[in-house]
Amino acid sequence: MAWYAARRLLQLIPVFLGATLLIYAMVFLLPGDPIAALGGDRGLPPAVAEQLRAQYHLDQPFLVQYGLYLKGLLTGDFGMSFSRRPVADLLAAAFPTTLKLAGLTLVIEAVAGIGVGLWAGIRKGGIFDSTFLVISLVLIAVPIFVLGFAAQVLFGVRLGWVPPTVGGNVSFRTLILPAIVLASVSFAYILRLTRTTVAENRTADHVRTATAKGLSGRRVTGVHVLRNSLIPVVTYLGTDVGALLGGAVVTEGIFNIPGVGNLLFSAINRHEAPTIVSVTTFLVIVYLISNLIVDLLYAVLDPRIRYA
Amino acid sequence: MKIRRFAGLTAMVAAGALALSACGSGDTGSDDATGAADGASTGIVIANGTEPQNPLIPTNTNEVGGGRIIDLLFAGLVYYDADGAPHNDVAESITSDDNTTWTIKLKDGQTFSDGTPVHAENFVKAWDYGALLSNKQLSSYFFESIKGYSADEDASLVDGGGLTVDDDLTFTVVLTGPESDFPLRLGYSAYYPLPLSAFDDMEAFGEAPIGNGPYKLDEWNHNVEAKMSPNESYTGDRQAKNGGVTFAFYTDLNAAYNDLLAGNLDVLDQIPDSEIANFESDLGDRAVNQPAAIFQSFTINVNLPHFGMDEEGLLRRAALSMAIDRDQITDVIFQGTRTPATDFTSPVINGWSDSVPGNEVLKFDAAKAKDLWTQADAISPYSGTFTIAYNADGPHQAWVEAVANSIKNTLGIDAEGLSYPDFATLRADVTNRTLTGANRSGWQADYPSLFNFLGPLYGTGAGSNDGDYSNPDVDRLLSEGLSADSVEAANAKFQEVQEQLFKDLPAIPLWYQNVSGGSAETVDNVEFGWNSVPLLYEVTKG
Repeated sequence: MAWYAARRLLQLIPVFLGATLLIYAMVFLLPGDPIAALGGDRGLPPAVAEQLRAQYHLDQPFLVQYGLYLKGLLTGDFGMSFSRRPVADLLAAAFPTTLKLAGLTLVIEAVAGIGVGLWAGIRKGGIFDSTFLVISLVLIAVPIFVLGFAAQVLFGVRLGWVPPTVGGNVSFRTLILPAIVLASVSFAYILRLTRTTVAENRTADHVRTATAKGLSGRRVTGVHVLRNSLIPVVTYLGTDVGALLGGAVVTEGIFNIPGVGNLLFSAINRHEAPTIVSVTTFLVIVYLISNLIVDLLYAVLDPRIRYA
Repeated sequence: MKIRRFAGLTAMVAAGALALSACGSGDTGSDDATGAADGASTGIVIANGTEPQNPLIPTNTNEVGGGRIIDLLFAGLVYYDADGAPHNDVAESITSDDNTTWTIKLKDGQTFSDGTPVHAENFVKAWDYGALLSNKQLSSYFFESIKGYSADEDASLVDGGGLTVDDDLTFTVVLTGPESDFPLRLGYSAYYPLPLSAFDDMEAFGEAPIGNGPYKLDEWNHNVEAKMSPNESYTGDRQAKNGGVTFAFYTDLNAAYNDLLAGNLDVLDQIPDSEIANFESDLGDRAVNQPAAIFQSFTINVNLPHFGMDEEGLLRRAALSMAIDRDQITDVIFQGTRTPATDFTSPVINGWSDSVPGNEVLKFDAAKAKDLWTQADAISPYSGTFTIAYNADGPHQAWVEAVANSIKNTLGIDAEGLSYPDFATLRADVTNRTLTGANRSGWQADYPSLFNFLGPLYGTGAGSNDGDYSNPDVDRLLSEGLSADSVEAANAKFQEVQEQLFKDLPAIPLWYQNVSGGSAETVDNVEFGWNSVPLLYEVTKG
């Protein structure tokens, strides 16, 4: 298993190179002149614009730009933003916030999704099951920004239960509402996934055997039904980590959370290649590692799975 | 529809209740987000802002996010009151006999917040640094009228004789030509002084600037907030009347607006588009909606076929202008937060007039417009689609479409908006002159002067003359205005410039943007300046 993990980690290198090259190419292909935009409606003196272009290597061909970027990475230099801040610092400042948000979201969606899904699966066809099926449908159908704005206005402004935005005040109290909003869609998927597999597993042979052996209902459900049912759920949660870290742009915008999503959003607005590429690559790596952890978890959930 | 919306609400409440019950215990909610202040006017005013796009060096800060911080951290030779009138701040006097050589005397005993004195050399070195091209300062063109400046190569203003330190408290500025409004511009951030320590490491200084203004920077949490407290050593008129100012950075104005409603934000200087219709009823007498020094237009390059400065082009420009129903568009699309233009400047500028001869071309007149267009067609028929390019990352799509429709319906030609994904992309095509139609244009004044709305935009070869307009009469009148011996005489010349502009229409004026903002019940004395930025040092809280 150690060998398996090491091999998987080694695979990160080509993925890293491929991802940075692709993203760099995409940023390079973006139309527009970021330096011209720095001057606003007024424009910049051509000599100043030229020097700024040279400073950010924007006057070089694509491969040279990319090469310089890679060379910088090898020496631990992630490049500079237009505001003359090291991208590594920007990332280091934004990531903990996003991590907190993603962690809280993951807990909410996993606990609520698995809990409700399990109950619905056991009482399949009942009123509880039907109600949550409808709710999950609605959560999947309503776009996240609608949900976000509605929740912000209702709980933040009208009721005043929580501050409407996070800003510099990152705490459990401020993050809980965005986390619930962010969790809502995945909650619906996890609920449905859990419900289906639980309902399926309840009629499986080993469960009938366990029940026939005279085990308590609680033990049958906990050990024999739930454990088997969790494999697809864990897979989903693993991929969701990546989505949470990168795809939270909308939620971070609505609730003004100074995280990676916001950082990426403003970097794209300013065509800051080093920031965009470094942040995106970082997200790719997080995504890959979370998938690796998921794969390793399989063995815990199902001892029949072995790694070669 | 109805069922789904209702279900959505239920689900939201259900999900909320679920999560709340799951997490209700454990956290006692110890953090205090609103920070209710006690004591009179010692509260810290929280205003909206955005992360500065550049290091906080005055000559390198050309956008509003960094600008509003810089303006509180530094004091210039003059400052502007709410009406845009200049008052001496650091300057004792600014005098000239010929509008070309200016002698500037400083008040004695002023210091930066680190205790070092504010002397003539602090201004001279800062301006020289800002003008030197190799320093890549975004506002370097502000020094272009000072002797010795070059936009092509490194040239020092001091070596070129443009700036001379006479003694500790006096320096002399020599301009390349007379400029009657020179003192007016000296409140702009590019002209702030720098402490000598800044020149040791400008990059580090941009991270933690030391100024001589009413506030000093305590903390700059990037992408989150900038915290400032009153600077006790500041002796000017702009004394802080509160316990400090914190700019909270927002990437989405809707979030800021909701924070204002919930009392988490004290002052908001821009209302998101989605709330324009209801912000005045939401905020009551705490809503602000007044004209600002922002002029909006669209520009057609004079080198485009059919739109040159010849008889045909002039007819077409006038026809386009008369084909736009500005009253209706500002009412319907902007809900009254724009004021239809009556000239090329702004009503908040001293010398503004709504009766410049020729401005009837801005009145909607369908029959006349159609007639002018037909006359132009008789000279050379027009075919194809008239486009107005705009950047979709700003709030432009709705009005561009409306203007295009107005033109289309009145003139019976094809007209439409041409969407660019963002400002950078639009700017690239504008600078490279690759547009085949009009582009949206606008001007926010850097300092309260009529000239600032005219010179940089319509002077031959001027920095922002995107339409490549050139008229010797305009150039002559502009320079006569600059050498006039009084502001009134100068303004008369600038109004003559506008008369000519109404004949030529190098840009089609549309409307003045209002500043729409508001404040929360937590604060008092909120007044917006001529440049749409609230005078935060005057705001009281607590």
